Amino acid sequence: MARVGRILLRSPMGVIGGALLLLCLGLVLFGPALAPYDPTRFHPAERLQGPSGAFWMGTDQFGRDILSRVLAGARATILFGVIATALGTALGTTIGLASGFAGGRIDEVVMRFNDSLLAIPGLLKALLIVTVLGPSTTNAMLAVAIATAPSMARIARSVTLSVRARDYVAAAIARGEGAAFIMAREMLPNVIAPVIVESTIRVAFAIMTGATLSFLGMGAQPPASDWGLMIAEARNFMHRNPWMVVWPGLSIAMVAIAFNLFGDALRDALNPRSGHGR
Amino acid sequence: MSLNYLLKRLLATLLTLWLVSLVVFGITQVLPGNAAQMILGEFATPEALEALERRLGLDAPVWLQYARWAGGILVGDWGTSTGTSLPVFGQVVENLGRSMVLAGIALFVVTLLAVPLGVMAAVRRGGVVDASVSVFSYLGVSLPEFVTATLLVVFLARPEIGLFPAGGYAPLSAGLWPFLSHLILPVSALTLILMAHISRQTRSEMVDVLGAEFVRTATLKGLSRRQVLVKHALRNAMLPTVTVIALDVGYLIGGIVVVEEVFAFPGLGRLLLFAIQNRDLPLLQGAAVTMAGVYALANLAADLAYAWLDRRIQYE
Repeated sequence: MARVGRILLRSPMGVIGGALLLLCLGLVLFGPALAPYDPTRFHPAERLQGPSGAFWMGTDQFGRDILSRVLAGARATILFGVIATALGTALGTTIGLASGFAGGRIDEVVMRFNDSLLAIPGLLKALLIVTVLGPSTTNAMLAVAIATAPSMARIARSVTLSVRARDYVAAAIARGEGAAFIMAREMLPNVIAPVIVESTIRVAFAIMTGATLSFLGMGAQPPASDWGLMIAEARNFMHRNPWMVVWPGLSIAMVAIAFNLFGDALRDALNPRSGHGR
Repeated sequence: MSLNYLLKRLLATLLTLWLVSLVVFGITQVLPGNAAQMILGEFATPEALEALERRLGLDAPVWLQYARWAGGILVGDWGTSTGTSLPVFGQVVENLGRSMVLAGIALFVVTLLAVPLGVMAAVRRGGVVDASVSVFSYLGVSLPEFVTATLLVVFLARPEIGLFPAGGYAPLSAGLWPFLSHLILPVSALTLILMAHISRQTRSEMVDVLGAEFVRTATLKGLSRRQVLVKHALRNAMLPTVTVIALDVGYLIGGIVVVEEVFAFPGLGRLLLFAIQNRDLPLLQGAAVTMAGVYALANLAADLAYAWLDRRIQYE
């Protein structure tokens, strides 16, 4: 772990990504508290203004302070990505681990089905799932989690196959341990590391898909301070106040860059051969 | 490429398409309300509802409904949209055509720009091109399409500039400039994210290949730099890049839904959103199956292109 930390700090990607990630953590913890105004309060006399001393990022069509709304939205956006990815990873790992452990015909059928889910593009999958569940932040989170699961299942299964061939698994089977025990206690600790590295990179995808769903009206609903929703609401006013699009857009990009950089740096640090800044 | 490999890939694609049709049909089955309810509205009498359900075959067992629907898909009878009362097949084909124009131009522009950029970045590692490609690609993959698309509208389609329309579509028959002016901004929005993927992939493969023995041999043999780069290095670097381009068709499909919505472009993505918003089940099924089908075919094409470029590949 200390070695990984040192390698991370040596690469500029890791340093910038780590610093941005700390900033994100700060926003999750303190963002809403830092907001200068109530993010839902109207200032009718000061609608659609550009940045000023009183409103650092300007105001929206109701005169709400954009800075306060961006700060209030940070926690929801970042936690959305992390929780959705964690759920998807847990689901995918369970499927991949069980399928890889079972092997044979079962593995064949499960993975065929899994592949056909992979053959549906990510956003389309998430859209179809939210259509079934109904539009809301929680349902969008579940949709992104379910849409993430098949690719995590693929990765978990391929790691499982190599772990399954180890002696200690054969020993546990010979000892007469139950399948659930072997999977959870003997195999999972060795499967989880590569899966977690992969999932760091998926957080950015989850955040962007979540924002996209909100933008399409299938995620967070008004008057939530959600970045994707803010851009959707700005569309009727964007030529009068472009800042309404610019600030939430930059915020999404910043958070996604943080997770992308850090995820890539982590992957390089753990697996030097896959380097080359992919 | 052996015939055996070709057949196996074709079978795998058919299996995928079949499973995708099951998934899409299954999803629309668990949606509350059915087509009869959608047509008659919420105040319909139970008798009228029952009569229409019988006429539409909705009282049949689920497996029979699936069989009828899937059979219809195969022969081009995709049902009738409850939202527009038009046959689904015609609408899907018409909108798919326009989406293909958009996607095709985007893929063409991207490949034309991203592959040379990736090669330049790999050849002069640490140089200006390399640095800008990596900074640019992080920006590209971290900006969702709806943000770039909306920013493009904000800054380039301002009414006072009047250069580009903010949205819509004009057929080629309306003239070359009206046709192009409606496409330039949507294509740019789609291009940004794909540029990032493909230039990064080309660069990373080129870096690998340039370090390989056979490239050194070719250089020592006295071939010109250009010959080494194009004939030996790029050809091998293109193999994995072809796969990435095909995978990017998946991103492109997601991107197209968003970009068409932002630019009010009447393509397949917008049709899907229309179907979702109106709970138009036949249209939703048709549009979703078509999108998944296009992706599956793109993957098949990529695998076949890969096998053709690299004759050593065998299935499994």
